[in-house]
Amino acid sequence: MSKVDIAVVDYGMGNLRSVSKALEHVAPGKNIVVTSRPEEVAGAERVVFPGQGAMPDCIRELDARGLRSAIIDAAKRKPFLGICIGLQMLFEHSEEGAVSGLGLFKGNVKRFAGADMVDAHGEKLKVPHMGWNQVYQVQAHPLWRGIDDGARFYYVHSYYVQPEDTAVIAGFSNYPDRFSCAIAKDNLFAVQFHPEKSAQAGLQLLSNFVNWSPS
Amino acid sequence: MGLAKRIIPCLDVTNGRVVKGVNFLELRDAGDPVEIARRYDEQGADELTFLDITASSDNRGLILHIIEEVASQVFIPLTVGGGVREVEDVRRLLNAGADKVSINTTAVLNPGMVQAAAGRFGSQCIVVAIDAKKVENQPFEWEVFTHGGRNATGLDAVKWAEYMVSLGAGELLVTSMDRDGTKIGFNNPLNRAISNAVEVPIIASGGVGNLQHLVDGVKEGGADAVLAASIFHYGEYTVRQAKEYMVQHGIEVRL
Repeated sequence: MSKVDIAVVDYGMGNLRSVSKALEHVAPGKNIVVTSRPEEVAGAERVVFPGQGAMPDCIRELDARGLRSAIIDAAKRKPFLGICIGLQMLFEHSEEGAVSGLGLFKGNVKRFAGADMVDAHGEKLKVPHMGWNQVYQVQAHPLWRGIDDGARFYYVHSYYVQPEDTAVIAGFSNYPDRFSCAIAKDNLFAVQFHPEKSAQAGLQLLSNFVNWSPS
Repeated sequence: MGLAKRIIPCLDVTNGRVVKGVNFLELRDAGDPVEIARRYDEQGADELTFLDITASSDNRGLILHIIEEVASQVFIPLTVGGGVREVEDVRRLLNAGADKVSINTTAVLNPGMVQAAAGRFGSQCIVVAIDAKKVENQPFEWEVFTHGGRNATGLDAVKWAEYMVSLGAGELLVTSMDRDGTKIGFNNPLNRAISNAVEVPIIASGGVGNLQHLVDGVKEGGADAVLAASIFHYGEYTVRQAKEYMVQHGIEVRL
């Protein structure tokens, strides 16, 4: 078996094809595998942990495939990119189905308030938060390289993370209040938006991840 | 600054080509879908919608092939609709590279399918398309039609929208059949009524003839996204021109 450069974790949830196609586009020649095998995740040089749908289902499917410890281990020691629910699952607890996450970060996952939210023109803000919003960078990070502060990324989600330790926050967006959309710690970076669907800015972020050597 | 209003070019696909009709009839050829998708991406389209308007079993494989090819070159959200009958159809389209699947006639015939698909793949990828027409003989203003606008259902479009969201629809694509292909503008009262009634985003569709219509769709119709076909396919306007016009009229877009 040839060495796996990038493992995209497959636990039966979400559109993994978009993630792997975007990675193939930015990293031609790399061995990118979509896998649900813990040993393949463990042996990969880098790990992408995507996710769509509901967090309780994601956690259940992850455990059904015996992936939990391989994910936790990868998140602690090798270049690791969480996307959408793949960010949310890193936290302790979610309001969605009142489920526990992997607990790598202290804090909760909360739902947008919904009915009370309005924009600057007094228009109702919809949930899910769907579309292109501006991402503001709050710390310098190799994964932001070549991306303008305030660049737009594509989102689709109804829940967002609230890290207890604000030092891990790498970026935020407003809807209508500020929420954390990127967290960074050591070898780990995780985002609420979908870089694989965010045109040039998203491809740049994925390219930065593929070339990232965390110290 | 916050969330941008989206512009979504719509590609009606039949026999592997993009076409455009007037009031759901009289099809004209508008080009190769992959080529058109790339052009719109370069112009700054926020998403693309593909509607398989023949949706016969012969063409099913063709649209999957087109989506696969587009998805390996264009990295923005792709929605695919037309002839989606079973949860398995949703899975096939998502595996081909679609990010969202639009369900129309089947939602009326079998609402449980919307619920099952949202339960399995998540609401974020389930769009319910509502084709509505103004009616005089009902206790409501707009009626839902199916089968590409041929069959009346007796359903109130606004109530139907609420019901679909309760079953898990994450977004609604609202097409005014009275306006489709007419170039006289969206049906803003219809869109406003549905937008106010539900929590999820709505895409306004049907009737765009100029850039002011896009602005009105957002401001008057309360649309979160605006969909158009012919104004872009025949080169009357680029997506970028449309966005610049919207910015001049105080609408936040991604430029």
